[in-house]
Amino acid sequence: MDVAENTSDPHGEAAADAAPVLVVRDLSYSYGKAKALDDVSLAVRPGRVTALLGPNGAGKTTLFSLITGLFDSRRGDIAIAGHPIRRERSRALAALGIVFQAQTLDIDLTVEQNLRYFAALRGLPGRAARDRITALLEEIGLTDKAKAKVRALSGGQRRRVEVARALLDRPALLLLDEPSTGLDIATRRWLVGHIHDLARDHGIAVLMATHLVDEVMPEDDLIVLNRGRVIAEGRVDAVVRQSGTADLDAAFSRLTSGKPEAAP
Amino acid sequence: MNAAHAGRAFRAILWRELLRFVQQRERFFAALVRPLVWLLVFAAGFRATLGLSIIPPYETYITYDVYVVPGLIGLIQLFNGMQNSLSMVYDREMGSMRVLLATPLPRGYLLVARMLSGTAVSIIQVYAFLAIAALCGTDMPPSGLLPLLPVLVLTGLTLSALGMFLSSRIRQLENFAGVMNFLIFPMFFMSSALYPLWRVREGSVWLYELCRFNPFTYIVELVRSTLYLQVNGLALAVVVGTLVVFGALALIGYTPARGGPAAGRAGSGG
Repeated sequence: MDVAENTSDPHGEAAADAAPVLVVRDLSYSYGKAKALDDVSLAVRPGRVTALLGPNGAGKTTLFSLITGLFDSRRGDIAIAGHPIRRERSRALAALGIVFQAQTLDIDLTVEQNLRYFAALRGLPGRAARDRITALLEEIGLTDKAKAKVRALSGGQRRRVEVARALLDRPALLLLDEPSTGLDIATRRWLVGHIHDLARDHGIAVLMATHLVDEVMPEDDLIVLNRGRVIAEGRVDAVVRQSGTADLDAAFSRLTSGKPEAAP
Repeated sequence: MNAAHAGRAFRAILWRELLRFVQQRERFFAALVRPLVWLLVFAAGFRATLGLSIIPPYETYITYDVYVVPGLIGLIQLFNGMQNSLSMVYDREMGSMRVLLATPLPRGYLLVARMLSGTAVSIIQVYAFLAIAALCGTDMPPSGLLPLLPVLVLTGLTLSALGMFLSSRIRQLENFAGVMNFLIFPMFFMSSALYPLWRVREGSVWLYELCRFNPFTYIVELVRSTLYLQVNGLALAVVVGTLVVFGALALIGYTPARGGPAAGRAGSGG
């Protein structure tokens, strides 16, 4: 990995001081008259997993579409690795690995062909791409599926391939949009564990959108998004404490529904 | 833009289109059978009933099958342009378009690379068709086949741009068949592909006027004149103009200012 190693700091104390890889400032976006994002600001630091927690319709996918340059907004700024997406789109996207919510592999190609295609789109030279694909397939435990058509893979295997694809170009920032959608429990556990390993061992900044509280680890940074607004942010324990509840589940319910949730 | 990166990305996009074409054998055969049916069945019937005077670029009387070849080349590229459009709508629905457009290369470059790849596939189909037509006895000047290549790139890009523009307007895969019916067949029949325009004028003046305003007429005429080593300036200008207009509309259609079609399925997460 190109990104600084960070193995001796499992709680990410050093990362708290590091310059953020993703900075979103005062970002708003509307679909016609319906406001999807309202003045959103956030930062994601290297070596940290930042969970973007919000109910369906909170604006998570819209935010991801703006960060990946698929949508554009004149209201607010996004910078990835110091490059503003609007003015330096290519440089900003070069630092980014993405796992979309919907599966986006070409099902008529093999696993290896999918990865080679994407490696070429990212500009990786042939030999470097081959070596990287071999290493990543081993890492996700799918070496034996390299020649298999994606059509023949299970949902969990496809998701693993998508994670490998997002890591091909050694991104500084990894975005995952509800990556566990439709996965069984074992694959979900593997995915959440792998994401945390990537942040801890390789210093990657991870922003993971989810609406499932159990995917957020106590040591994660947390941003709670509801109806297009950031309504809470900070370390998980701090957010729970501030909400006056016993755990994240109760805190999330209270924050997003507005109803009081008594602490035991 | 890094030239080596751009080159690798273009080769990858081209490779994927060619692979997809090779894997879809039915598509290859359909692409060949469609014009061959016109050539070997319709042209044989029309040959006896339709008299053709000597019109440029032909210097002698010709048989109907010779006349119809440029129109059928246009038909191949027209269908291919629409196939590209369908494939882009499919890619959008399946999410592959999001992956392509989130690539760190200029969006315009990625879309042009996609159009060129589709054009390359159409050119392979055209030359396969010409080889079979020649084997079946249709008279064609071999010297025109090489100069035809750059013209096919131009006409293929024009029809790919049209297809890409349509794909940016079609929100769902299910709407595609309707667009095909309302676009491909009128474009093909209201042109000089199957009969010369002077013949059309004899039958209907308003239909003749429609044919004159149909860009596909000029695509066919550009191919026809090039096959006979002549330059049709008007056809060239109209085809280039059509490419510029639809190319610009396609790029605007895929500009993400308002969310656009580029985003495709955003997912249900919100």
